[in-house]
Amino acid sequence: MDAALLPLAPLVVVAGTTVVLILLDLLPPRTSKVHLGVVALVGIVATLVSALFLWGRAGRAFSGVVVLDNFALFFDVVICYAVALVLLLSLDYLRRNGMERGEYYILVLFATLGMLLMAHAADLIVIFLALELMSLSLYVLAGFFQARLTAAESAMKYFLLGAFATGFFVYGIALIYGAAGTTALDRVGAALGSATRDPLLLIGLGLLLVGFGFKISSVPFHMWAPDVYEGAPTSVAALIATGSKAAGFAGLLRVLLSTFRGAQPDWTALLWVLAVLTMTVGNVVAIAQSNLKRMLAYSSIAHVGYMLVGVVAGGPLGAGGVLFYLLVYSFATAGAFGVILLLERGRQEAVNQDDYGGLAARHPVLALTLALFLLSLIGMPPTAGFAGKFYLFGAAVRSGYIWLAVIAVLNSAVAAYYYLRVIVYMYMRDQEGVPTEPAPSFAGRLALGIALWGVFQLGLMPAPVLDLAQAAVAPLLR
Amino acid sequence: MMQHLLSVVTFLPALAAVVIALLPQGRAALVRWSAFLVAAATFGVSLLLYVRFDARRADYQFVEQVRWMPSYGISYHLGIDGISLLLVLLTTFLTALALLSSWRAVEVRVKEFAVSMLFLETGMLGVFVSLDLFLFYIFWEAMLIPMYLIIGVWGGPDRIYAAVKFILYTLTGSVLMLVAILALYFQHGGVTGTYTFDLPILARYVVPAGIQVWLFLAFALAFAIKVPMFPFHTWLPDAHVEAPTAGSVLLAGVLLKMGTYGFLRFCLPLFPTASLTFVPWIFLLALVGILYGAWVSMVQPDLKKLVAYSSVSHLGFVVLGLFTLTPQGIVGGIIQMVNHGLSTGALFLLVGILYERRHTRLIAEFGGLWQVIPAFSALFLIVSLSSLGLPGLNGFVGEFLILVGTFAWASRLPAAAPLAYVVPGLATLGMIFSAVYLLWMYQRVCFGEITTNANRGLADLTRREWAMLLPVLLFIVWIGVYPRPFTGMTEATAEALIAQVQSKVAVAAAGPTGR
Repeated sequence: MDAALLPLAPLVVVAGTTVVLILLDLLPPRTSKVHLGVVALVGIVATLVSALFLWGRAGRAFSGVVVLDNFALFFDVVICYAVALVLLLSLDYLRRNGMERGEYYILVLFATLGMLLMAHAADLIVIFLALELMSLSLYVLAGFFQARLTAAESAMKYFLLGAFATGFFVYGIALIYGAAGTTALDRVGAALGSATRDPLLLIGLGLLLVGFGFKISSVPFHMWAPDVYEGAPTSVAALIATGSKAAGFAGLLRVLLSTFRGAQPDWTALLWVLAVLTMTVGNVVAIAQSNLKRMLAYSSIAHVGYMLVGVVAGGPLGAGGVLFYLLVYSFATAGAFGVILLLERGRQEAVNQDDYGGLAARHPVLALTLALFLLSLIGMPPTAGFAGKFYLFGAAVRSGYIWLAVIAVLNSAVAAYYYLRVIVYMYMRDQEGVPTEPAPSFAGRLALGIALWGVFQLGLMPAPVLDLAQAAVAPLLR
Repeated sequence: MMQHLLSVVTFLPALAAVVIALLPQGRAALVRWSAFLVAAATFGVSLLLYVRFDARRADYQFVEQVRWMPSYGISYHLGIDGISLLLVLLTTFLTALALLSSWRAVEVRVKEFAVSMLFLETGMLGVFVSLDLFLFYIFWEAMLIPMYLIIGVWGGPDRIYAAVKFILYTLTGSVLMLVAILALYFQHGGVTGTYTFDLPILARYVVPAGIQVWLFLAFALAFAIKVPMFPFHTWLPDAHVEAPTAGSVLLAGVLLKMGTYGFLRFCLPLFPTASLTFVPWIFLLALVGILYGAWVSMVQPDLKKLVAYSSVSHLGFVVLGLFTLTPQGIVGGIIQMVNHGLSTGALFLLVGILYERRHTRLIAEFGGLWQVIPAFSALFLIVSLSSLGLPGLNGFVGEFLILVGTFAWASRLPAAAPLAYVVPGLATLGMIFSAVYLLWMYQRVCFGEITTNANRGLADLTRREWAMLLPVLLFIVWIGVYPRPFTGMTEATAEALIAQVQSKVAVAAAGPTGR
């Protein structure tokens, strides 16, 4: 590999794998596409390894618009973990739903490429490019089960609202370009620091926040999430909830903490309000959901609120806490979606609470697995969710946002109600009618195993990864 | 092993739970025996703690400290003193009995039940032995899940409501404590430069009075819900009534003690000034709890509910004793925690025995039981008398010491002295009420004519039931007649705690920021 391209190794590996997949898809066998999934998985694992290998290196490429630093690499790892879990879960899921097509894996990798590029972007135009690459792939994936009515609704809603948000985003870039005369992040930051601060910069930032807010589904830009999660294939819902959210946070954090650090007082107050709204609305509405995918959608909105608490708190502890939480949250969320995806009741996916009645009696291991993921989402020790919340809210307390921390912990208590309700169904009720049965998928169980390992590894020994997360945000905070 | 005695005691049940979880399905007898033997072995090992405990020392003993997350000041730090020793023993003792009581009562998912009980035991022990706030909080929260399952899976008809109410109540209290723990951590770190969750180090720091109030309130809320103090008690009757017998025994016997233990271990030494400020309010709530709990107990038609409300009353005494900050009051409070665990635990066991035979707990369904099952009735009488504080049995020792402590507290108050004697006066009134509701309950259940034909064929105690009740009875009489081996363990620690509180209050009063 060319030395100049070395900083881009993770991106290059994913792009290369995607090209290979496109070619492989043209070759026989036509009936089974599992081999494509396996190749994609190998590519993602190679990306993960390359990212770990590059840890500590720094560099730039393409006239400085793409950057390599620990921050980007940490997100590479988070995203690769999430995508790898999604791929493992997809292998047999697609076949069971009669939708085994090569495009699926190709689109997942394109989306991944967009996510990784977002983490590495050092220019507003590249962020936009990454956002579009990721979003367009996900729009298609959301409607992948074309025969379902909800799939069409899901894709359409995602696309329309997404396009709308992108419009805001581009307009924000235009305003910033107008004020700063550049789209490079560091030079925008320098323009912000100059004596005559152009109000256009802040308006531009506000519009960027709309775009990011849509991608990470923070209130009030969250409306799409439940419908999209419900209609999309469950594996894709997991990808949107983990990978694309991580990418959104990668862009948001880099723009806010690095470029717009000079305007911190301006956006902190705004994000404080957004954080409270996001977690409260997410949690309260989640209580009313009986469909597990919708419930996880609202819960994922609430988790965005918790992470925004970390952004508000700032500093290495707050920003590092967000990175750590993203990893923790991805393991638990991908795992929870994974269990849902494995379960079927009467040829239908088991997405309703009723489908989970008495599951613990018939499938104790699977029920326990889901219960542990949910406990991690509640933030019960000794799971990773507790460690994640502990550091996020700790950062808020240290920065003096005691009330924000109080609101956040009370929200976690509210959230316990609806997560525990699933455990109530699994452990304390009996099932009526057709029993829910899991698919005999080895890859799916492997994915759940990895996620479960993550939930406990990060719960019992969080310090090493947290140190890495803090090292990762260091280049931004310099 | 001796250096790690506390770790062994704490984690033996959890390790065994993992092994039991791997046992094949459907071997109920094997699971029951192995779970019981593990719990019995844990009790056996914990007796070593008692034997090797040096009662003259007030500091922590059997200390273990291992670096866990050094960059955040978190360590695996265990140790016990006179406050926790007896509670550890109580926990291991009651868990073994509770497992014995579930022999016939739990017929479904026996393996899961045993696993939950053993994980619960580790959680409870962990709370009592942790000397690191982070570690403590982990045990404090993690313990909720097995109890939630025990109530929700093996409980009565309304079990799901009770389980959810239990966990939401306790969770809400404890998350605010989490914020307070974090605030204390950063406050201490900011002032001293040492960021640590280590309790002995934090206890040396005098928190500024303005902050103390808030931190105290956050901690106190978590503990008040757990005790439970009026008006945070409403989860308790539901949880107790719906839980299976074994769950009720541990809930009343151990879980409630975590609240009073928390006051003693954290609130008093960490926030002494605020604690003293709030003493009138705490006394008010404790007295309301004592009287209200007693009155409500009187009118309960359900035996289990009656015992549940009596806990609100009895725990009020404990809180009263602890906050007098007198040696008698604190020692009495600790002993009364143990007494309540024994007496109420035994009451729940006895009610469970009745329930297994008749599948009802309504007092109106019984009457004249002495004629049918005299052995049961005799034990029931002794335990009831112990619970109401008859001299010669254990309850009296604790309540007497607490009342002495309250009088001592009142006599030390200079100005409002006559008014202060209202506190011990009302508490004594509470003792009388407890005699009323317990004796009246006993009279309706055991004396008189046999009113219901279904009671004529009741079987008296089996050998297993004797085996689980006799040990409790032994301690009930032992503590009542010769409490020295128990009170003696706590005195040094109690006095050191009082000295610590007083010196910290003096430091806080002398200067705006202490160190």
